[in-house]
Amino acid sequence: MKRKADDYLILDEATGTYREDPEQVVRDDVEKHYWLNVGRTILKDWRLYVMLVPMLLVFLFWRYMPMYELLGSFKVDDVVKPVADQYFKGFSNFKGLLMGTGTYSGLSVDFWRAMRNTFLLSFYGLLFGFPMPIILALFFNEVRSNAARSALQVMTYLPKFMSTVVMTSLVVMLIKQGSAASNTPPGILSQALASLGLISAETAQNGLLNNPDYFRAIYQVSGIWETAGYDSIVFFAAIIAISPTSYEAAQIDGAGKWAQMRYVVLPSILSTIVIMLITRIGSMLSIGYEKVLLLSEGRIASYQTAEVVSTFAWRVKGSQSGLASAAEMMNNVIGMLLVIGANTIARKASNVSLY
Amino acid sequence: MKRKLEISELIFKILAYTFLTVFALLCLYPFLYAISASISGRHAVEYKEIILLPKAVQFDAFAAMFGSNEFWNSYSNTLFLTIYGTIWSLVVAILGGYALSKKRLLFRKSLNFFLVFTMWFSAGIVPQYLNYIATKQVFNGVGIMDDKWLVVIAMGMAAMNIILLRNAFENVPSEIEEAAIVDGATEMQVLSKVYIPMSKSTIATVALFFAISRWNGYFWARQMISNINEQPLQVFIRNRLEQYTDLEQLATWTENYAADSLIFALIVCSIIPILIIYPFIQKYFAKGTNVGGVKE
Repeated sequence: MKRKADDYLILDEATGTYREDPEQVVRDDVEKHYWLNVGRTILKDWRLYVMLVPMLLVFLFWRYMPMYELLGSFKVDDVVKPVADQYFKGFSNFKGLLMGTGTYSGLSVDFWRAMRNTFLLSFYGLLFGFPMPIILALFFNEVRSNAARSALQVMTYLPKFMSTVVMTSLVVMLIKQGSAASNTPPGILSQALASLGLISAETAQNGLLNNPDYFRAIYQVSGIWETAGYDSIVFFAAIIAISPTSYEAAQIDGAGKWAQMRYVVLPSILSTIVIMLITRIGSMLSIGYEKVLLLSEGRIASYQTAEVVSTFAWRVKGSQSGLASAAEMMNNVIGMLLVIGANTIARKASNVSLY
Repeated sequence: MKRKLEISELIFKILAYTFLTVFALLCLYPFLYAISASISGRHAVEYKEIILLPKAVQFDAFAAMFGSNEFWNSYSNTLFLTIYGTIWSLVVAILGGYALSKKRLLFRKSLNFFLVFTMWFSAGIVPQYLNYIATKQVFNGVGIMDDKWLVVIAMGMAAMNIILLRNAFENVPSEIEEAAIVDGATEMQVLSKVYIPMSKSTIATVALFFAISRWNGYFWARQMISNINEQPLQVFIRNRLEQYTDLEQLATWTENYAADSLIFALIVCSIIPILIIYPFIQKYFAKGTNVGGVKE
């Protein structure tokens, strides 16, 4: 521990010599025995620290160890490297994914497609899925009868508690393809959409899930069905916290319903909206792989729009585990940057931030 | 001026009621359809003649399902995973949340970060898969051959739930704890006699979140449980769906109910337990969406 002499020594004016500052000696002593003191504190209070152990182990083994496994993305396990790559061999999986050199050329195309699909699914989710809970919350606020409102809320929350398997099974059943052999029509929802003229009868008959053009729409609509109701809770809580006097003041000023929305309600729930938006953007790249897999598994045609980075990684993990890890690593790092970016922008723009 | 107010208000009210009613009914519709289709006759289901109410009612699909051992097997496996999984997760989360709620805990900030970081950064499914495979080998190596225990112990923990508990414990007045300690209570007694009773509603909420996610668990159970007889209900439903849904040769199906009815019956059976506890969990909903807890 290097220090400036002034910190340490005190000039003894009587003798003209320097001596050590006793307080500094104590400080040094504390510093030297820092870990010893930590150990003593823990030992004295060991019951409290033992309580932490199971949680720490669970997170260490099954949350942080997988992150360590991600380092596999820097390993070259299955490729004959060209000489030029030797200096950068640690990154050859990334390079292969991004630029499609050598044996990776086909997979690189798939990776970019997956990246694009991931972005688009999240982006459309933000565009269509994000406003929906806010709209629901605004409307719930209009329902004056408590019984009616609770009934409506309970009905819209319900899908959130169902498993992904049940939800996707219902989706599959409702838009199931028809069969020419046994002359059966398509699922009831496909029939309804066809009779409304939204899709052609032929598309309906062939099954919407087999058609890559419809995967994104199916994903978004089923997403809204699943989560919009439940997600409205947090916005509704923010709206009912607005004091009635704010509305009264606006009414006295002659504000109609729309003006009240614009000048009273929206500003009051803005911070909630911003926080939820950051959360949403932060998880933008972690598209629920379970739902995507369940909706697209076995329907190769739909991979065109349905394959996201995690399902891509899942598909190639058997033959190229280093590549799969590299794909996920890239996805995660970009996701992380999105959280930090969104948070910084929000803090600068509106003084609201998540952390 | 007065009149204009009333009109805009009225329009908004009508819009709100219509929209909410339609949306709520649409949310429910697929479930009602599933119930109707599970008890309708074969022709009505195969030719998609059901719109809302069942036609040519039969209960043979349910009877066939209740008569199969595979169904009861998977149901009991799900119960196993839900009961033991919830208990394990809850114990870990309560102990961890309690320790984290103490101001005197050393490295409290770092430990909180250790938790919260996993909410922002997850390794992804391939590294997780490799990790679970390694864990499975360790478990098998020490003699735990039943992969259900791997699912119970290694999966299903959520940092958010620990944070909810931590916040609830922080709200317990510290004077009560001090009084208990003066009376000679140990740390464990303080937790079980003071903190747990005083945070009952949050603990109930967290327990229900754990239980529902265990009940609904599918992906990792399917990947990690090798023995098909040990698989939970969700995996069973999915396997049946994959087996039947693209069944082109309906001629080979000789029952008097449609193959789809069997899947709908399975779906109905898997959601009934959730529908039963649903009324009890409603009042806790707002807690689960508490985003304030994320703040460091």
